Amino acid sequence: MSHTFTLDGKTIPFAEGQTILQAADAAGVFIPHLCYHPDFKPHGSCKLCTVKVNGRQTASCTMRALPGMVVESETEEINGERRALTQMLFVEGNHFCPSCEKSGNCQLQATAYHLGMMSPHFDHFFPSRAVDASHPDVLLDFNRCILCSLCVRASRDVDGKNVFALSGRGIKTHLIVNAKSGRLADTDFTLADKAAQVCPVGVILPKRLGFAVPIGERKYDKAPISETTEGR
Amino acid sequence: MTAPKKKLKVATTSLAGCFGCHMSFLDIDERLFTLLEHIEFDRSPLTDIKEVSPDCDIGIIEGGLCNAENVHVLRDFRKNCKILIALGACAINGGLPAQRNHLPLTTILEEVYHTSPGVSNGMIPNDPELPLPLDQVHPIHEVVKIDYFIPGCPPSAEAIWKVLTDLLAGREPELGHGLMHYD
Repeated sequence: MSHTFTLDGKTIPFAEGQTILQAADAAGVFIPHLCYHPDFKPHGSCKLCTVKVNGRQTASCTMRALPGMVVESETEEINGERRALTQMLFVEGNHFCPSCEKSGNCQLQATAYHLGMMSPHFDHFFPSRAVDASHPDVLLDFNRCILCSLCVRASRDVDGKNVFALSGRGIKTHLIVNAKSGRLADTDFTLADKAAQVCPVGVILPKRLGFAVPIGERKYDKAPISETTEGR
Repeated sequence: MTAPKKKLKVATTSLAGCFGCHMSFLDIDERLFTLLEHIEFDRSPLTDIKEVSPDCDIGIIEGGLCNAENVHVLRDFRKNCKILIALGACAINGGLPAQRNHLPLTTILEEVYHTSPGVSNGMIPNDPELPLPLDQVHPIHEVVKIDYFIPGCPPSAEAIWKVLTDLLAGREPELGHGLMHYD
């Protein structure tokens, strides 16, 4: 840990090969992110971890830390852009938090709270993708997917099952189940899989467990995401 | 001696709402008396005034847009209020009623008035007195400019109080952790 860079004026130590986000995380400094997960290689799709490095914007999840870098994160400009990105994610899906089982435990929602998102600002897309309730233990609501690909990576790299994939192009990109029928029931997916644990939003939900945690005791009721240290 | 301060005129309405946001507004409890020292209500479900006065200072809208009458009322509020506030999830993103957006309107009306159990010889109401439903539910910012948004389903009384007192004091409204909720 002989090298350092500065993040919003603070000196951050880092080990060779660490990204800016990893080093900040290790130093206890929060940089908003959705598709990054410490157990996986970075993906770079959500762009919420964008910071300014020596005056240029870049994703801190993929940018290696270098000695002497000057990094800005908690600025009005960067947070404004993060808020706009979050608003885009909200209008692209059906994020009706009042009836979502993930509400209070959702990273997208908590990030929006953190960024002070009072409204989604843009016009809504109102996508219409069929729910997959075929699996006995798991429900999939594709209308909430933010395409972070964490379930894809977890299923392929950790579970060795390759249950999920992203398909299509542009705004038509969507999460699919790798089975001939396209149904989750026709895969060997189980609730014990890593892929069942990593969804940052309310797409992959265990059945019959919704609304079990009282309001006030859900993860992000207790502390804002910026102060929640216990991983995800 | 200074003249007594002019009270701000506040109008409220519920479009495709459930009146829950109005109930949450009333949850400010006895602070309503404090509020009434600074504001007077114009058109509102709480008053008997039928049309929005042309000199309203604040309009508070609960609910999204689900039919033609909603759109007329919303435009009327925009025309007559200096500041328009979207109150609650429905006004902000259509809310749970917008879950009907993936179903064709005819399918919904058929099911409710024709085919659902208990309906015999039903017909879809067609009196011109009734406002026609829109094909989809829309957030109100898609039709008129909205100045402030108070999220929540409903927003807590504390959140509503915070935004109103911020506005009355001339501050930019802000909700911190605990007051900011979408659910």
